[in-house]
Amino acid sequence: MTGPRAEKIILAAAAYLPLVIVALIWEATTRLGLFSARLLPPFSDVVVAFFDLLRSGELLTNAIASLRRAFLGFVIAVCTGTTLGAGMALVPWIRSALDPIVQIFYPLPKSALIPLVLVWFGLGDTSKTFLVFLGCLLPMILSTYNGMRGLDPILAWSARSLGASRLEVVREVMLPAALPQILTGLRTTIAFMFLLMVSSELVIATNGLGYLIGAFGDQGSYAAMFATILVVTGLGFAADRGFLALTDHLLRWRA
Amino acid sequence: MAVLRFFLKISPVLALLAIWYFATSLGMIKPFLLPSPQVVAMRLWRDVITGQFALNAGLTMYRALVGFAIACLIGVPAGMLIASDRFVRWFCEPLISVGFPMPKIAFLPVFMLWFGVYDLSKIVMVSFAAIFTVVAAAEAGTRGVDRVLLWSARSMGASRAAVFWDVILPAAMPQFLTGIQIALPVSLITAVAAEMLMGGAGLGGAMLAAGNYADSPGVFSGIAETSVVGLLAVGGMTQLRRRLLRWHPEFNPR
Repeated sequence: MTGPRAEKIILAAAAYLPLVIVALIWEATTRLGLFSARLLPPFSDVVVAFFDLLRSGELLTNAIASLRRAFLGFVIAVCTGTTLGAGMALVPWIRSALDPIVQIFYPLPKSALIPLVLVWFGLGDTSKTFLVFLGCLLPMILSTYNGMRGLDPILAWSARSLGASRLEVVREVMLPAALPQILTGLRTTIAFMFLLMVSSELVIATNGLGYLIGAFGDQGSYAAMFATILVVTGLGFAADRGFLALTDHLLRWRA
Repeated sequence: MAVLRFFLKISPVLALLAIWYFATSLGMIKPFLLPSPQVVAMRLWRDVITGQFALNAGLTMYRALVGFAIACLIGVPAGMLIASDRFVRWFCEPLISVGFPMPKIAFLPVFMLWFGVYDLSKIVMVSFAAIFTVVAAAEAGTRGVDRVLLWSARSMGASRAAVFWDVILPAAMPQFLTGIQIALPVSLITAVAAEMLMGGAGLGGAMLAAGNYADSPGVFSGIAETSVVGLLAVGGMTQLRRRLLRWHPEFNPR
């Protein structure tokens, strides 16, 4: 009756069946004692631990703390990065001023900045927000710059000759043309945001999901530790899928 | 002339250094928050002559590169297999699409639990962090090989092995290398973060110790040392790409 819809759901379920199989193998091998329960708690224990964490509210408060910090840093980085990247593409002196600085900081492994934000801002929220900001800034600058630089100049000239103002050319021609590259850069940046969020919280934090994982590991509550890791994995996956859906929506004007 | 142009090009960096120098020597910023460039340079020099730099950078490089090499050795064949076998693809695709965007560093406590706190767990962590990118690029590269190339080689009597070595591998090489080029910085980031978490020798451990003891010259010289390692790795990778793709239009425009 509900033909195409039901079919879609079945197809989606079949596509994700391997995840269920992995969970079953995990459960079976641990229950059969192939792995010591101390090294790998059974999947069902992890699920129970997940619901315990959910009920106590511990998961939610820490997730909110993490995501708030990370998202703030990410948003500031995206705004600053696209502005600077566009500036580099449009204004020659901005390009010659920023290009060497970007080149110097680009190869730096961003996790090396964790002790720096510790010294500058201590253990509070600011240090993690600032780290995410720093880490996400360069990929945003570069993807905006590369996207706008790759624009066919004929497009801009045509728009100008048809009477568009400079601002209109930027808004109506250059930004849409650069959008695919900016969005690809954003996807990488989101992955970066999660990476920096978790690694900084593992090293310096008093709350947040990364802190929770480390703390459960130190206490030996491995089921809770695995549950939190799976939550972080799920958040990363959901963000990525959500972003891909948004990309499809924003780029629906393309062939 | 060339020298002048070079200095003109790096003048923003020199300006940044000058601002740093004057801001610190005029006492506008507390030395704890931003030590002066000369103090950081002295610290760097000390690390170089005492061999601290060589030791820490060597250890970090060793962990990052071994983990990275394992990720490539497993990841490239795995990606090619996923691309060519439907069943393997069905099974692995959802695992990769979940694993690709996840912050792999979250598994660090698990690897510490399984493999201890020494080199093994750090290397496994690096491999795990790097492998998803490699697999995804290898799969996309293999699937992107022009069918016509394959058919032509087959119809001219090439064996399966010959098709693999002489057609698929070269045709997919640019994509493989792109994946590998992304995986290398990821390996370094992960190695440094793992060292920070576990402590001990290595650039990450040294920097975190400096941060915890409020030794800010140590933090800044550590960042500089890590940048050098990152620069070497990225530069080496670009050279490798140029070498392996000498024949490719990418390096022979028209």
